[in-house]
Amino acid sequence: MSLAEWLTTDAPASRGQALAGRAHATARLLARNPLAMVGIVIVLGLVLVAAFAPWLAPESPVGQNLSRRLLPPSAEHWMGTDELGRDILSRVIWGTRITLMIVALVAVIAAPVGLIVGAVSGYFGGWADRLLMGLTDVFLSMPKLILALAFVAALGPGIENAVIAIAITTWPAYARIARAETLTIRNAEFVAATRLLGASHLRIIAVHILPLCTSSMIVRVTLDMAGIILTAAGLGFLGLGAQPPLPEWGAMISRGRAFVLDQWWVATMPGFAIILVSLGFCFLGDGLRDALDPKGRR
Amino acid sequence: MGRDVTALRIRDLTVSYGETRAVEGVSLDVAEGESVALVGESGSGKSTVLKAITGLAPDWTGGIEIFGRPRGHRPDKALAATCQMVFQDPYGSLHPRRTVDAVLTEALRIHGIRDDDRVSRTLSEVGLDARFRFRYPHQLSGGQRQRVAIARALILRPRLLLLDEPTSALDVSVQAEILNLLKRLRAELGLTYLLVTHDLPVVGFLCERLAVMRGGRIVEVAPVAALRDGAFADPYSRSLHAESLRHDTEADP
Repeated sequence: MSLAEWLTTDAPASRGQALAGRAHATARLLARNPLAMVGIVIVLGLVLVAAFAPWLAPESPVGQNLSRRLLPPSAEHWMGTDELGRDILSRVIWGTRITLMIVALVAVIAAPVGLIVGAVSGYFGGWADRLLMGLTDVFLSMPKLILALAFVAALGPGIENAVIAIAITTWPAYARIARAETLTIRNAEFVAATRLLGASHLRIIAVHILPLCTSSMIVRVTLDMAGIILTAAGLGFLGLGAQPPLPEWGAMISRGRAFVLDQWWVATMPGFAIILVSLGFCFLGDGLRDALDPKGRR
Repeated sequence: MGRDVTALRIRDLTVSYGETRAVEGVSLDVAEGESVALVGESGSGKSTVLKAITGLAPDWTGGIEIFGRPRGHRPDKALAATCQMVFQDPYGSLHPRRTVDAVLTEALRIHGIRDDDRVSRTLSEVGLDARFRFRYPHQLSGGQRQRVAIARALILRPRLLLLDEPTSALDVSVQAEILNLLKRLRAELGLTYLLVTHDLPVVGFLCERLAVMRGGRIVEVAPVAALRDGAFADPYSRSLHAESLRHDTEADP
C-alpha cells in the first residue's frame, strides 16, 4: 500500500491513521489555494530567516560605523545604512526574531484565554455569561492601540510589556468568537448524548466544544497576526515597544522618520518587511479558513 | 417468583419550559423487558417526557423511578449505566470531528472501564464491522451513523433504552434495517424500550403497548392489538389511528 493510499483510505485501522488522514485532507485543500501557498512561503521564510539570522545577516545588527552613515542601497549594503552606519539588511533580518517572538507569544497567551473564557461563557450561560461578556465588552469598547498604549505606559516600556499589553487587548475578540460558536454547539444532540454518558461539564467543554471552536480560532488568530505585528510596530514606533538598539521594525521606522525625505530607505526597508509579513499571514489565514471550514467539505 | 420488575415508573409528571407547560400529569409504568411507545402529533410533549427522564429538561415535578431508584433532575453517572437514549437525528448526534472509536471509547473512559474489546464487540452487535471503527461521521451513511449512535447507547450495558424517533430521519429502506436491529438487540440483550414516535406501523413492529399523548397528557394506554382492530376507547386515539390507516392505503394502493 502506498503512502497516499494509506492516508486516503476510508477504513483507517488505527487512531493515528485516522488523524493523519484528516491532516492530509486539510493540507491538500490548502495546497489547492495559490494565495495560501504564497502565505505559507512567506511565513515559512520568516521562520527560516529568524532561525538562521546569525548566518544570513552580513553584519552585526548593532555594530556602528559613523564613517558610513546613511549610505543608499548598493551592492555592499543592499538596503543601505542608517544614521549610525548600521547595515539595514542585517537589522531587518535580526528583526524577524523579534517580530516572530511577539507574534508567537501573543498567540500563545491570548488565544487560549479567549477560547476558554468564550467557551465557558457560552456553555454555562446565565450569570457566568453576563459577567465574562461584560468584562470582554469593556476591553472591546476601547481601540486596541490606545489600550495597549495605556498598559505599556503603566507597565513600563519594553518588549515583554508590549507583548503582555497586546495580548490583553486581543483576547476579547477571541472570547466573542468562541462564545458564538459554543452557543451553536451546546444544544447539539451530541452534547446531550455525551452528558447522558455521564460526562462532566469540564470534559464536555474541553473534549467536545473547544476542538470545534479551534479551527475558526486558528483562522482568526492567523488573520489577526497582521494586526498584532502592526500594533507591535506601532508601539515600537512610539518608543514604547522594543528599546534601542534592538532592531525592531517599528522602532527602525521611527528612527528613519527624521530622514524620510532625503534618505528614504531608512524608514522604507523595515516598512516593506512589515507589509510583506502581514500580507503573508493574511493570505495564510484566508487559505486556512477555506481549508478548515467544516461546512466547506462533506 | 414471577413478579414483574418495574423498569420505569412515572408518577404525575409535569414538565415546564419557562412559563409553558409541555407535559401535565403524566403517569406511566414500563415493566422490565417490555417495549412501550409514546405516540402523538408533534408538540404533544412525548419527547419532553424522555428529556425529563434523562435530566435534559430539568424543570419538572412529580416522580420518576428507574428500576426502583428515584431520578434526580440532572444527568448523572449512575443513570448513564442503566438508562441511555438514542436520538432522532443521526447527523446531529455524532460529534463531527470524532471517530467512531473516540465516541465509544469515551463512554468507557468516563466510567473507568478498561476494556478495549468491548468497542469492537459493541460495533459488531449493531452490525458494523471493524472497518468502521476509525472513521469519522462524514465517512458514514445515515443508517451507519444511527448504528453508531445505538452502539454508543449500548456500550455501557444499560437495561432501559429511550428511543426518540430513532428512524424518522432515515430513508425508508434504512428504517427497516434499524427497526430490525432494534428488535434483535432487545431480544438478545433483554432490553426495555420506551419509544417515542408518530409512526404507528413502527409501534406495531416494535412495541407491546402504546400510550397516546395529546396536549401534554396521556389520553389512553392501549395494547398494540388495538392497532389491528382499532379498539381504542378515546376518540382522539381513534382519529389518529384512522389517519395512519388512510396514509397506509394511499402509500400502497
